[in-house]
Amino acid sequence: MSGFTFTIDGVDVPAQDGQTIMEAADAAGVYIPRLCDHQGLRHQGGCRVCTVKAAGRSFSACTQPATPGLQVENETPHINKLRRDLVEMLFHEGNHLCPICEASGNCELQAMAYRLDMTAPTKFPYLEPSRALDASHPDIALDTNRCISCGRCIRASQDIDRKGIFGYVGRGIRRRVAVDGADLAHTDAQVTDHAISDDVCPVGCIIRKRVGFATPIGERKFDQGLIGHEIEERGDD
Amino acid sequence: MPQRPGESVSEENRNPDADADAIRQICDRYANDRHRMMDILRDVQDRFRWISPEAMVEIATRTGLTRIAVEGVASFYAFFTQQPAGRVTIRLCDDIVDRFAGLPEVTAAFEKALGIGIGQTTPDGAFSLEYTPCIGLCDQAPAAMVNDIVVTALTPERVHEIVRQMKDGQRPEDLVSHRFDEIRPYERAARMVQNNVRHAGAVLLGPVPQDAGLAKALGLSPSQIIDAVEASGLRGCGGAGFPTARKWRAAAATGAERRVVIGNADEGEPGTFKDRVLLTERPHLVFEGMTIAARAIGASEGILYLRGEYVYLRDLIEETLAERREKGLLGKRIMGVEGFDFDIRLQMGAGAYICGEEGALISSCEGLPGEPKTRPPYPVNRGYLGFPTVVNNVETFSHVARILDRGAGWFYAMGTEGSHGTKLFSVSGDCINPGIYELPYGATVQELLAMAGGDDAEAVLVGGPSGTMIARDTFDRRLTFDDLATGGAVVIFNGKRNILEIVEYYMSFFVHESCGYCTPCRVGNVFLQKAIAKFRAGLANPGDIDYLKDLSATIIETSRCGLGMTSPHPILTTLENFPLVYSAMVKPTRDRIRDTFDIQSAIDGARKLAKRRSYIFDKDYGQ
Repeated sequence: MSGFTFTIDGVDVPAQDGQTIMEAADAAGVYIPRLCDHQGLRHQGGCRVCTVKAAGRSFSACTQPATPGLQVENETPHINKLRRDLVEMLFHEGNHLCPICEASGNCELQAMAYRLDMTAPTKFPYLEPSRALDASHPDIALDTNRCISCGRCIRASQDIDRKGIFGYVGRGIRRRVAVDGADLAHTDAQVTDHAISDDVCPVGCIIRKRVGFATPIGERKFDQGLIGHEIEERGDD
Repeated sequence: MPQRPGESVSEENRNPDADADAIRQICDRYANDRHRMMDILRDVQDRFRWISPEAMVEIATRTGLTRIAVEGVASFYAFFTQQPAGRVTIRLCDDIVDRFAGLPEVTAAFEKALGIGIGQTTPDGAFSLEYTPCIGLCDQAPAAMVNDIVVTALTPERVHEIVRQMKDGQRPEDLVSHRFDEIRPYERAARMVQNNVRHAGAVLLGPVPQDAGLAKALGLSPSQIIDAVEASGLRGCGGAGFPTARKWRAAAATGAERRVVIGNADEGEPGTFKDRVLLTERPHLVFEGMTIAARAIGASEGILYLRGEYVYLRDLIEETLAERREKGLLGKRIMGVEGFDFDIRLQMGAGAYICGEEGALISSCEGLPGEPKTRPPYPVNRGYLGFPTVVNNVETFSHVARILDRGAGWFYAMGTEGSHGTKLFSVSGDCINPGIYELPYGATVQELLAMAGGDDAEAVLVGGPSGTMIARDTFDRRLTFDDLATGGAVVIFNGKRNILEIVEYYMSFFVHESCGYCTPCRVGNVFLQKAIAKFRAGLANPGDIDYLKDLSATIIETSRCGLGMTSPHPILTTLENFPLVYSAMVKPTRDRIRDTFDIQSAIDGARKLAKRRSYIFDKDYGQ
């Protein structure tokens, strides 16, 4: 592998051949916001929150290969506005009621909204879909009202657990994550699956029963710092 | 095979073992290959009229997939159903052109004659009635599919006749001819559909000597073929206009043991139907071009991807392919050239506009939901099943065959700088002569309107909804890549048409056809559609014009493929060229108060839940 450098917001970033913009940025301690991308899983490029620009074109940083000399724009006011629009779209697409959600404080969607200054009422209409709750499984509940269709559980179950418990069905605004059975109890899902572990689902859709609120609100993941701070701290070393 | 109404087994006395057996046979037909999922699901749908949960489990077992993976494909395509569809399924084209040509009356006639509404199936399972987006028959609207055949220029009288024949137990094929099985596929197609070739140009629709281009190509080296295509200036005819030779050169230069040529006949852009005519009138030319491409890039496999709406052309295409195999124009040692082996299979689509996008088309050929692929890698480097793949529109391939016959210079001399050769234009809407016009690039919209008899045009949509809607004052614009780029759709609207109704229809089309993979296209287009509905209902504010522009910009800038990058065009191009249409809807009211909130629709859900009406908001209730 041969190395080269490119820039993100004017800062030199080292990269290896074959690395995506995001992989190189992560290694260099430069955070690029993302929701559907997750450590250890295939890149999907679906949520588009990691949109960056270079030479006037937009790319998803999680899938676009870094190239020598590329000048990437990441945290500009314009790109942050695009990302805020996308995060707002996700809030309006589902039914996200943070105050009553078990994931509040651990939720990447909520944390991303804070990072992107989504503090005022939004201009989009609420779609208020009617979505199902699946509490059939003895150890796991699915509240699909909160699903943002990131597909992380799908990839984790397919590629890491080798089970394929989850999959997308439908198309367009009706596209959703579904399970490989009449309900979750009729799949071979286990609470020990990587797909079910607490950091694969970025929101409060996949819920492990009997451990809710074990960590009190105020002491949760994103109460410690903005989303992305762990990556940014790498850059401070 | 299509079944007679009343012939198939009713739901109650189905034999599950026999069903499972039939599904196993279907899977066997495709060697239990998961990449042939489209064909498997299509055959299961035709046999059982739906894809049942049990069928999905059986297919999953046979192909080594999970059931959810099979359901992912089955639920993606509009022509696969997860509820039993009627033995006769009538799909009415609800394109805006059909609406203006009398679709409401035709729909009402079907609903009355069948006793069901749109989206319903008769209790005896005999009939289903549905809407479907543009089926490529805008020049003879209103049109519909009846199972695998099409009926055009519908009137309420014709609808009654169709329903009567079907209820009498005739097959949909009998609507074409009682001798359907005896007549040749070309004649079947010609009886169903008028091809309305209004102007034949020098390249495609004029006299064409068969396989002369291929014969000459075989006298050249592969790189000389690509040089000729490059010198001709040929660019892709599907809409994007990418230089054809550059694509081919990249695929040829990528080291691989297999390479693939795919003909894109998934023309789904509302208002386009040129590929339908090309495949009916010049099918050999399409395959000749694909064979030349195979020679140029070193491919041994070819696929023609035909949109599900054009299933009525399936037999014609299969017959053409068989004829070419017989003549040694496909298969081993083509035209006697040692080592030149190439064959083409037909891949049917199943109702998904997005499959016209090359990555999505490849996904569909691989048996996956029609989702665009992440780029890079580009298909020319890693396409179908990971092999270098050239995907071109079928018109592009046809041009190639003619270029090789007549020479690059001949083609280059036609058209304008940067837009060489001729183009097929599909003209429909408010004009006297809708149909196909093959013209050199560079004609003005005005000239085309004069030929088509569209004298009272007030708006012309060039390139379909993902293109540009222009107004009278710019009808002198030219049909070239540099001015009004188009895959060929030209839809004409006269002054009686409501621009916002047209825009709202096209936004609903994009909402229906978005694959849903990426956030901005999946969600943003729904917001745009809702915003236009607000304008139409008189509930919009002046600030909503900026909202439309702002939201459109986000969708265009962040979407993953061409669908989302162009879906706001109906709004943006009408905002630019018909600004008064929007400003008229947001004029200040006399009392300076503008309703932006519709209380009636807001409480409608509560009314239904409570099963009662409101003392306050339903003025006629309980006073």
